[in-house]
Amino acid sequence: MTHALVAETPHAHPARLLVVMPAFNEARGIRRVVEAVRDQVAGDVLVVDDGSADETAAEARAGGARVAVHPVNLGYGAALQTGYRYALRHGYDAVLQLDADGQHDPASIPRLLTALHDADVVVGSRFLEPGSYRPPLVRRIGMWLFGRVASALSGQRITDPTSGFQAISREALRFYAHERYPVDYPDADVLAMVARAGLRLTEVPVRMLPSPEGKSMHGGVVKPLYYVFRMSLALFLVPLRRETR
Amino acid sequence: MTPTQRVFAVTASLVTFGVILELVRRRKLKEEYSFLWIVTGVAMLLLASWYGLVERVTALIGAVTVTTTLFLFGLLFLLLISVHFSTVLSRLTQQVRQLTQELAILSAERDELARKTPAEDPAGHGH
Repeated sequence: MTHALVAETPHAHPARLLVVMPAFNEARGIRRVVEAVRDQVAGDVLVVDDGSADETAAEARAGGARVAVHPVNLGYGAALQTGYRYALRHGYDAVLQLDADGQHDPASIPRLLTALHDADVVVGSRFLEPGSYRPPLVRRIGMWLFGRVASALSGQRITDPTSGFQAISREALRFYAHERYPVDYPDADVLAMVARAGLRLTEVPVRMLPSPEGKSMHGGVVKPLYYVFRMSLALFLVPLRRETR
Repeated sequence: MTPTQRVFAVTASLVTFGVILELVRRRKLKEEYSFLWIVTGVAMLLLASWYGLVERVTALIGAVTVTTTLFLFGLLFLLLISVHFSTVLSRLTQQVRQLTQELAILSAERDELARKTPAEDPAGHGH
C-alpha cells in the first residue's frame, strides 16, 4: 500500500478504499454511523442491507452511502462477503469493515488503516484497548479459548477472534471473496485460515462500545452452544485443509 | 417366509418402485436425484423376491435373524439418502447465496448509474 488511506482531507482518494458495513434492521442509527465513518476516511461507504424490513437502505443512502440490498436475509457473514465481492469487482485496493450498529468507534479507523501498510488483515481488538467495552465473562472465556486455538494454528497472537472491525488488503479480499469463506460464523477460523495461507495478520487496539439494545449474534442459550460446536469443528478442520490463495 | 408374507413384500416393493418411476416420468423427481431411490427400490424388490439372498447376507454379516438384516440395510439406505440430501441442500444454499449477493451488487451498481449524469457512458460499468 503506497497511498495513504487515512483522510488528511476527506474524500482525497475516493476510488481506493471501500468501507463495508453489513446492516440488518438498523434504520434508527445507520445514518449517523455512516456520517461518522465518512468524517473519518476518504473512500466510498457501501452498506449491505441484509434483507431489512425497515428503512435501513434509504437511511444509509441519506447518510451518503452506496447500498447493496439482499432481497432475503442471508446473515452477517454473507453480507460481508457481498461487500468483498463488490470491492474486488470495482477495483478497490482495500476494505474496511465495521458493524452498522455503532458498536465500533469510527475514531479507531485510522489506526486500522495505518496498520494495513504492513499487513493484509488488520483486526481491531477490544482487549488491547483499555477503555473498550468488555463482553460478559462466559463469552470472554469462549473468545479467549478460540483465540488461543486460532493463535496456535496461525502462529500469530489473536486476542479478539470475533471482532468484525477489520481492515483488509486486496490480496486478502480475494481470499475472503472465495466460496471457502464460512459465511455463518466468520471469525477465529477465518483468521487462522488467513495466516496459514501466508497472508500477514495483525491486531491493533480499537474502542468498542456495547452493542445497543443488547442484540448480538450470540444471544440466547442454544445459539452460543451451537457456536461453540461450529467454531470447534471449523478450527479442527483448518489444519486438515490446504488453502491456496 | 409364508406365501402371504412374500406376496405382501413383493407387492410393497413393486408399488414403491412404481411410484418412483412414475415420479421420474412426470418429471416431479429429477433424474439426477432419483438414482438412490431407484437403487433402494431395486434392492427392496430383490430382497422380497429372493429369500435365499437375504439368508446369505444374514450369514455374511453375522446377524442372527433375517429381520435384523432387513432393518439394518433399510436404515443404512435411509441414512445414505439423507446425507445425499444434505449435500444437495448445501449446494443449493450456496447457489442461492451467490445469486442474492450478485443481485445486491447489481442493485448497487444500478443505483450508481442512476445517480450519475445520463451523459456518462454506462458501458464503462459492464462486466
